Amino acid sequence: MAMLEIKDLEVYYGMIQAIKGISFEVNEGEIISLIGANGAGKTTILHTVTGLLSPKKGSIVFEGKDITKTPAHKIVGLGMAHVPEGRRVFAEMSVYQNLKMGAYTRSDKDEIGQTLEKVYKRFPRLEERKNQLAGTLSGGEQQMLAMGRALMSNPRIILMDEPSMGLSPILVNEIFDIIQSVSEAGTTVLLVEQNAKKALAIADRAYVLETGKIVMSGDAKELMNDDSIKKAYLGE
Amino acid sequence: MSLLSYLINGISLGSVYAIIALGYTMVYGIARMLNFAHGDVIMVGGYVALTVVLSYSTNPLVAVLVAIVVCTVLGIVIERVAYRPLRGAASPLAVLITAIGVSYLLQNVVLLIFGPNPKSFQSVVPFPDLKLAGGTLNISAETIVTIASCIVIMIALTTFINKTKAGQAMLAVSEDKGAAQLMGINVNGTIALTFAIGSGLAAIAGVLLCSSYPSLSPYTGSMPGIKAFVAAVFGGIGSIPGAMIGGIVLGVIEILSKAYISSQLADAIVFAVLIVVLLVKPTGLLGKKIQEKV
Repeated sequence: MAMLEIKDLEVYYGMIQAIKGISFEVNEGEIISLIGANGAGKTTILHTVTGLLSPKKGSIVFEGKDITKTPAHKIVGLGMAHVPEGRRVFAEMSVYQNLKMGAYTRSDKDEIGQTLEKVYKRFPRLEERKNQLAGTLSGGEQQMLAMGRALMSNPRIILMDEPSMGLSPILVNEIFDIIQSVSEAGTTVLLVEQNAKKALAIADRAYVLETGKIVMSGDAKELMNDDSIKKAYLGE
Repeated sequence: MSLLSYLINGISLGSVYAIIALGYTMVYGIARMLNFAHGDVIMVGGYVALTVVLSYSTNPLVAVLVAIVVCTVLGIVIERVAYRPLRGAASPLAVLITAIGVSYLLQNVVLLIFGPNPKSFQSVVPFPDLKLAGGTLNISAETIVTIASCIVIMIALTTFINKTKAGQAMLAVSEDKGAAQLMGINVNGTIALTFAIGSGLAAIAGVLLCSSYPSLSPYTGSMPGIKAFVAAVFGGIGSIPGAMIGGIVLGVIEILSKAYISSQLADAIVFAVLIVVLLVKPTGLLGKKIQEKV
């Protein structure tokens, strides 16, 4: 059984249908990429999965539990973390306080301390700047903080929304390396990206979205070699 | 010596404004709404304390505690019944208008129960006045207790927000509700907690205000409420130290204007100062740039 199973999802913004009946699944240990142009509905899907939006139709099942109607604040405790688009770190709080917020639903201090050490080890720059206000960090550092904050909940699956957006090419590579190493450390990854090339390169499987529908799906390497994908998303 | 005495009285009155302003500013910071019924919660706190003192002639401290509990519950109920259903309404004006409605509702319910005549409030401060400098400087016990309460509240609140999980959750919600939810924070619960704290503080402010100015009517809360709102804007709405500084500055300006310029013009001067501050610094003394919703 899939770890995360989305079935016939339909989401509306008022009268406008943003997601028009989407089904897909994420298996444990995979990196799944959702790729597509701006406005295809990628972010809407992630927001619906973590409860920030509610679907009109369809179901979302995580580890056998129906979470379609679970409120957003109860999702992270189930083992699903979401790194939102645009980082959305708490700018007026320190790096350390942001990371502590990531562990909000956990109560064991020793275990939180261990996770914090792991996060600092993965992102040494966050430890260097732990007392700095998050709003004063650079874009790349804020992205690392957003990822570190999500990892603080010790998730079994992590949803990442456009982690490479607005970053320099060097930082983009760094971020994708980190995603890969998070995956290798045992966390399942659902990745939403406009940078289709990079997203397909690290993914196991991918789904291609166009205006609220999945138009193509399959093995990421195969999609990379597909002519229509090359033309539309890889700029070749 | 009289200037010193006016200053102390100003700080004392300002402390009351500051405690009320905390409620305004916290609720604005977290729920992004102006709770214009906040001033009337003060008045309810005053009536509750008075009723307890008159009916049971207990220790005044008990009366204060009862007032805090009643106002805390009142704050939670108002938020749950009147404001929460409108959260996410198409226009932020809806909740603003509702707040004004709640304000009138509270005033009129109290009017119905206690009648329109002002009641004389018994001070809850059981200490004698302090005479300094050979009797030339007389500081009332109420003044001292008010200023001391304000300091204690400020320290307690700052500690609560910076050191506790619930306090950090409040900060997170005030910055980004969506991201806060992704952390596992219950936004509705946090907003309710904010209303509870703000209303509990309003009860304390009510009792302190009525102890210094011992006349209580259903409209007692409205003017201090508006001035505390001014103080919150003056200091930078959403900022807790801003509310504190704004309140005290406002109290001092008001008392000094009454003493040296004109007691009729004092309120006008207070509002004129606000206008000048907002012209020079639209976000208030300690305010940050915020997206204005109302």
